[in-house]
Amino acid sequence: GCCAMGRAVGLAGLLVGLFLVPAVLVSTSLRRGAPWADPEPELAEWELASGAVPEDSLWPLPQWLRTSPRQLQLAPGRFQLVHGAGSSAGPACGLLQDAFRRYYEYMFGQSRQWKRGRRPLGARAEPQLLQLQVVIESRDPGCYSYPHLASSEAYRLTVTEPVAILKADEVWGALRGLETFSQLVHEDDYGSFLVNESEIDDFPRFAHRGILLDTSRHYLPLKSILTNLDAMAFNKFNVLHWHIVDDQSFPYQSIYFPELSDKGAYSYNHIYTPTDVQLVIEYARLRGIRVIPEFDTPGHTQSWGKGQKDLLTPCYNGEQPTGSFGPVNPILNTTYDFMTKFFKEISSVFPDAYIHLGGDEVNFDCWKSNPEVKEFMKKQGFGIDYAKLESYYIQKILDIVSSYNKGYMVWQEVFDNKAQLKPDTVVQVWMDNNYANELSIVTGAGFTAILAAPWYLDYISYGQDWKKYYSVEPLNFPGSEKQKKLLIGGEACLWGEFVDATNLTPRLWPRASAVGERLWSSRNVTNLQDAYTRLTNHRCRML
Amino acid sequence: AENEQPWGTPCTQLLVFVATPGCDGFPSLDSKESYKLSVSEGSLLLSADAVWGALRGLETFSQLVGRDENGTYYINKTEIVDFPRFPHRGLLLDTSRHYLPLRAILETLDVMAYNKFNVFHWHIVDDPSFPYESLTFPELSKQGAFNAMTHVYTASDVQTVIEYARLRGIRVIAEFDTPGHTLSWGPGAPGLLTPCYLGKYPSGTYGPINPILNSTYQFVSSLFQEVSAVFPDFFLHLGGDEVDFTCWKSNPKIRAFMKEMGFGKDYKKLESFYIQRLLDIISSLGKGYIVWQEVFDNGVKVRPDTIIHVWKENSTPYMEEMANVTKAGYRALLSAPWYLNRISYGQDWMAAYQVEPLKFEGVPEQKDRVIGGEACMWGEYVDVTNLAPRLW
Repeated sequence: GCCAMGRAVGLAGLLVGLFLVPAVLVSTSLRRGAPWADPEPELAEWELASGAVPEDSLWPLPQWLRTSPRQLQLAPGRFQLVHGAGSSAGPACGLLQDAFRRYYEYMFGQSRQWKRGRRPLGARAEPQLLQLQVVIESRDPGCYSYPHLASSEAYRLTVTEPVAILKADEVWGALRGLETFSQLVHEDDYGSFLVNESEIDDFPRFAHRGILLDTSRHYLPLKSILTNLDAMAFNKFNVLHWHIVDDQSFPYQSIYFPELSDKGAYSYNHIYTPTDVQLVIEYARLRGIRVIPEFDTPGHTQSWGKGQKDLLTPCYNGEQPTGSFGPVNPILNTTYDFMTKFFKEISSVFPDAYIHLGGDEVNFDCWKSNPEVKEFMKKQGFGIDYAKLESYYIQKILDIVSSYNKGYMVWQEVFDNKAQLKPDTVVQVWMDNNYANELSIVTGAGFTAILAAPWYLDYISYGQDWKKYYSVEPLNFPGSEKQKKLLIGGEACLWGEFVDATNLTPRLWPRASAVGERLWSSRNVTNLQDAYTRLTNHRCRML
Repeated sequence: AENEQPWGTPCTQLLVFVATPGCDGFPSLDSKESYKLSVSEGSLLLSADAVWGALRGLETFSQLVGRDENGTYYINKTEIVDFPRFPHRGLLLDTSRHYLPLRAILETLDVMAYNKFNVFHWHIVDDPSFPYESLTFPELSKQGAFNAMTHVYTASDVQTVIEYARLRGIRVIAEFDTPGHTLSWGPGAPGLLTPCYLGKYPSGTYGPINPILNSTYQFVSSLFQEVSAVFPDFFLHLGGDEVDFTCWKSNPKIRAFMKEMGFGKDYKKLESFYIQRLLDIISSLGKGYIVWQEVFDNGVKVRPDTIIHVWKENSTPYMEEMANVTKAGYRALLSAPWYLNRISYGQDWMAAYQVEPLKFEGVPEQKDRVIGGEACMWGEYVDVTNLAPRLW
């Protein structure tokens, strides 16, 4: 026998099924409408976003949505995704061309009807939808640029015969709109592709919607990362926070310092070459996803020491070095020479405006044990407050990175330990204990924040834990309107201690989808029952 | 010499010697799985009483073979004498909560062999779906499967699983769980399940199998006649867990029956009534049976060679249940601490590893009645997309 919950699900599921089936049959017949009389839909028939969505599988739920029971059919052999008249983007826009092909395949991929069939047009009663025209309205569509925090992801989708129109300021909105359109297209029992007449006005609630992947605790082959970027696009995530190196391994192949991965990666097969990195960045770009690398220092750097002598602090037992090492050594000039050169490379390799500098969980024991460090503390007048030494180090790194015109993100400790941060620093709140309070303090001090604390998806547990992630309300913290505006989004984190290519995808998805909707959709989209229906459909579609 | 290998004589053959014939038979609870492995200069010998031991020995041998930095295969001089502590080492898969395609089951059998598991407990049907294509009652899967074309196990699929398992020394024990956990049986077998009542009228919903009708026992008899023939193992798992009495209580005909039989208000007696007749049917088919612990807990009269499957962690602490079951003279299987579907963060393999199945108060004869255990992977949250990394 299995646990009571299982039985409850089974029993309830079947009971719900028994009641739901008749309900669906009734509503379907209403939706199909009478083929012999095609009245203009009454206003009363139009449903608002928070009500029932015809096919119950939009995820995340758009901000504003009107659907009609009136359906249009699409013939895979004839339907086209095209650039509309007046669009500032055209066939030269590689990003959109790529997206057109990709979304065509998502919608019709299973069908074999790509060639024009012999069946005459309009053999079904429903009118044809021949095209989705994409119109980019901004003078600079952004085809060749990288997405950034202020990119516009808004779009308006009008689905009506004979041509549907997708309007967006920039290509990023078009990508979001294409995803939504592909979610509206569905197959009926006979394999016909249909879409309901609809009007959608959509934009993200939060501008930073990220997934953190950890490729140090376990190496993730390129394929895993790319598959994940696809899944992110299905859920309108727009930031890949690439926690690329850490204590355990250093897979990033540096151009200036090849020894770092030579000595620090698990093996030569467990590295990301410059080509790999560019591939990830471009694959992400084509999906409107920013890649923010994290080179976490001064803690979490054991693997750096293998290929960079004298970078890490030697720990002492009394007078003698123990042979083991601690965080980056903050007292040596060579450290900062190294970091200057290293971050020069990172700044040029990764095009995003931001670099994540880490700064979390710095263990002071090793510094405390080292006589030279102790001496330095005295000289600087830090007393025995090692947080000051940490801040001293961080500040120098922040200055280095600033000099390359990059903004930076840091874990909350950097803020908590009172380092001097530039005003546009983004502080990532990750400690679960009373994170609302931390958000208050961070935004109260005028800094931008992103929330990760309640979304550590590596902490698996039995059952439908997606509900827990879905129920988080990021703005539930004490603060003024101005403060609330400083919370620019959040990230679902999948730390890699127990994750590799064998289990990444089923562990991350569809649980992360819950976070995706929380960060995109409106604050009042909280109904778990409705979310369950849409999420189960969405999950099957993602497969 | 310059090119002197540091290795000994290259090994060319592993000689496998099996004392008792039996290549074409099926493994059983009594199968001998012991083997001896002897690796020395110029001689690699694997000897076993039965082919099942040879399979175990081959797995071990394959684990001993190493490869050095140059890619050369090698093996150290070794002497191994091995046999299993417990004869029943099982894995439960649930193909009702989510259908598992054949390849997922076969892959699981492969990994079971790597780990010397020898019983595949196939919890094949349950409330949510009935994927087993029955020859006698084709409507069961036609009406009860998630999709009667795609989410079913044909007779050929079932034989494939049984043979694939046999070739790996794995017994296939099918579980057709009754009288509870049977909602999916209803659509294909009208009249089988108990109609629940709201006051005087049927509510339209159904409960466990209806124990008061003769037609029930005719049906059960025919179905199990087929199941007994299809599955060659001596044992069938008959379930018997988590029977919810609410529906029975609501049904006036059942209440009348209870009165007639003098059961009073004790529905456990009605449950026992059903189970006992079921067990008699199975016995007459020449099969032995395994049942979930409720059958024992509720005082049902079972044959002395019944195996009781302990799964509840806390209603009685499971070690206490193990003591009780074995004290009453029955053989026991332990699953309670091994519900692997209940995932948690971190290295939870350790908790499973540290379970000591015999850690209960009892005399040696009792301890001998613990024939092993099973890791269970219930399917509420498991399908082919996550089965393998969740289980292994």
